[in-house]
Amino acid sequence: MMTLEFAVAAALFAGVVAYALFGGADFGSGFHDLTAGGARRGAPLRTLIDHSIGPVWEANHVWLIYVMVMWWTGFPESFAAAMTTLYVPFVLALVGIVLRGASFAFRKYSETLWQAKLFGVIFATSSVLAPFFLGTIVGALASGRVPAGGNGDPWSSWINPTALFTGVISVGTCAFLAATFLTADAARRGETALAAQLRIRSLVVGLATGIVVFAGLIPIERDAPTFWDGLTGRAAPVMALSALGGIATLVLLWRKRFGPARLTAVVAVAAVMAGWGIGQYPWVLVDQVSIAEGAGATATLQGLLAAVGIAAVIVGPALGYLFYLTQSPEWNGEVRGGVQAGEGAGRGASHWSGRLGN
Amino acid sequence: MDATQLLAQASDVVAAADPAGLMPARQQMALSLGWHIILACFGVAFPAIIFVMHLRGIRKNDPVALDLAKRWGKASAVLFAIGAVSGTVLSFEMGLLWPGLMGTFGDVLGLPFAFEGLAFFLEAIFLGIYLYGWGKMPPKLHLLMVLPMAITGVIGTYCVLAVNAWMNAPTGFDIVNGEVVNIEPWAVLFNQHAFLAFAHMWLAAYMVAGFSIAAVYAVGMLKGRRDRYHRLGFMVPFAFATIAALAQPFAGHFLGHDLAERQPAKLAAFEFADETADGATPLTIGGIYIDGEVRWAIEIPYLSSVAALNSFTEPVPGLDQFPEEDEPPVNFAHYSFQAMVGIGLLLLATVALYWFLRWRKVDLLKNRWFLRFMAVSGLLAVTAMEAGWIATEVGRQPWIVYGVMRTPEAAADHAGGLWLVYGGSVLLYGGMTIAAIAILRSMARRWREGAADLPSPYGPKLLAADGPAEIRDCADVKDRSAEKDNAEQEAAK
Repeated sequence: MMTLEFAVAAALFAGVVAYALFGGADFGSGFHDLTAGGARRGAPLRTLIDHSIGPVWEANHVWLIYVMVMWWTGFPESFAAAMTTLYVPFVLALVGIVLRGASFAFRKYSETLWQAKLFGVIFATSSVLAPFFLGTIVGALASGRVPAGGNGDPWSSWINPTALFTGVISVGTCAFLAATFLTADAARRGETALAAQLRIRSLVVGLATGIVVFAGLIPIERDAPTFWDGLTGRAAPVMALSALGGIATLVLLWRKRFGPARLTAVVAVAAVMAGWGIGQYPWVLVDQVSIAEGAGATATLQGLLAAVGIAAVIVGPALGYLFYLTQSPEWNGEVRGGVQAGEGAGRGASHWSGRLGN
Repeated sequence: MDATQLLAQASDVVAAADPAGLMPARQQMALSLGWHIILACFGVAFPAIIFVMHLRGIRKNDPVALDLAKRWGKASAVLFAIGAVSGTVLSFEMGLLWPGLMGTFGDVLGLPFAFEGLAFFLEAIFLGIYLYGWGKMPPKLHLLMVLPMAITGVIGTYCVLAVNAWMNAPTGFDIVNGEVVNIEPWAVLFNQHAFLAFAHMWLAAYMVAGFSIAAVYAVGMLKGRRDRYHRLGFMVPFAFATIAALAQPFAGHFLGHDLAERQPAKLAAFEFADETADGATPLTIGGIYIDGEVRWAIEIPYLSSVAALNSFTEPVPGLDQFPEEDEPPVNFAHYSFQAMVGIGLLLLATVALYWFLRWRKVDLLKNRWFLRFMAVSGLLAVTAMEAGWIATEVGRQPWIVYGVMRTPEAAADHAGGLWLVYGGSVLLYGGMTIAAIAILRSMARRWREGAADLPSPYGPKLLAADGPAEIRDCADVKDRSAEKDNAEQEAAK
């Protein structure tokens, strides 16, 4: 099993999981931004979102680039086949990605409230649309809708039960991850009222997503039999792990253990993603192209693994350092007194820029 | 954007026989690449410029330099964000628009992209640390966070240029019975042509960013803002632009040294060589190429052969040597190439004049005409860079992989409906351009009015006002401006 092709596929899929977790949490923040209410009521949550994803979203976004490059270099023909079939969801996801990133940056430096509202609505809406369409692409691949030669049906390939369910699951898991991360961030920053509000959000979104994930299995049996066999066979243990992770997260959130709840939420979502990967193994395009058949030239696969190895040594620690800094007291206003605990609804949360020049 | 309109006109001739989806695909690629590449220039060059300014601020304890570095950091945050997403567009479009290229050659050209992705990862990570690290990290450590960005900019540029160089001078594979075999991905990543193409683009990035940033402060000086802040803000990027502008002709010349063997049809188009001359080919200025002949042009003897072939006797191979289906759009490639060279030389002459007069104790910053020229130098540098890209990419046509795969073979099977996507993209990119300019100008205005920080739109202050923004006046901001006044007084002494 441990062939060169498999190693590259595994490295590619690890990137997909990382994007789903970290990029997903950033997208999910947009869901909560969208539903935060009016400018005044939603202000504490929106300010927290600015704080939380501002330093990391661009780095998290690069996982997508990593996935694309690994795919077209490692499995070029299947990449072309997917692109010529699924161009509609790819373009729509792309529009969402562009609008999300651009309007998030624009909102941050908006001068007036109406500008902030405009860019905020674009940021939040596109943050929900992008993961939905990326999710439908997953469903289309898993349900064997992409023919090996490409140019499959541009509509029925992704407008079908499996793909639509994976789209909704994708939005749900993003919102769930974001909710648990934001709850912990709010609690760490001492914004108790905001943390309490986010705790309820996390519980509701977590429960709803859990139900959708397992309800989504029902149509898959008929709609995507190969994938179903994989999910209920080889992937059954990770699906069970996902359920356990989800339940543990809800329990931890209920008991206000926000730090550990992030970990179990990550386990739950990573396990859902792993379920997809293991469920569709050994296919790159289900029922069409296997990992071994779809792989590119051997020298290139070796080169890719070398690049991945270098990335693990160089990018890994750098990424860890960034995450460490964003969680450190100095970056969260705990040392310099930017945030005072207990000030109603976190209104006292100062924007990071307020502490510049100290 | 004018470049794309020109491209449309120039390519009409070729389009007649091509599939309906080809021309919108090429327009889409030209628009998104032409837009992204400007931001990519800032991504490559801005960190190094910020580093020098920040270093000066720390070393000389210069609050003006620190202020500039901090503000440039924030401006770059906006530019890098839209640069990151517009770069993502390109990676999607590789597959959406050119599946024939990616399906066939994905594993030949992919490895440089993998290293580019690695570089981009590091750039995004350290950007986050640097931008959000102000006041939260030890100053010297914080300064060091810019360095990885400057280095990864070099690596990223090299890798992307390696792919483009490969499209112009394919290497690292063989085609046997229609199959791509003997793939050597490292040969694509490391070859002389890739290195020369990189050098040319890397310098272009410093010209674009350097002149553009200097132009902002030239405008300020024209409006009578003649403080140390504007002078320093002008000089540091101008120094970068100077070095790049002086080195650029050499980089360009070395890149073109083997064009006659590598892509003779492109060279013939650049030089408007309609037929192979007896002896040296003259340099052609003006004119137009119609029906296999260049008309109404002024010729300067020898110069074309000297510039392209380092020779006073050898002719540039003429367009008459190539079948019509292998010729690029000649007029378009020629004028793009000459626009690049012409603007590049103009910028070079200007920086040379500035430093020469400065050596003779004449300060051109006091000359309004010089400032006016510098105010448009950013646009000129962008135009030259875009013209260079159009020259090399349109000059590569009708091939997507030179001599191996024609552009129509690489295009997807989309119908003319792709024009709708293109129209949507024009709106999207137009909107992003307007928004980015509006936000950057608003940031500059608020800084001028004395705000050191730009409060969150959802911060208490703006919500309380609930109307037009108020500038929050922090205690530390006042301290800072007091320091600045002191520094200026000292500078005046």
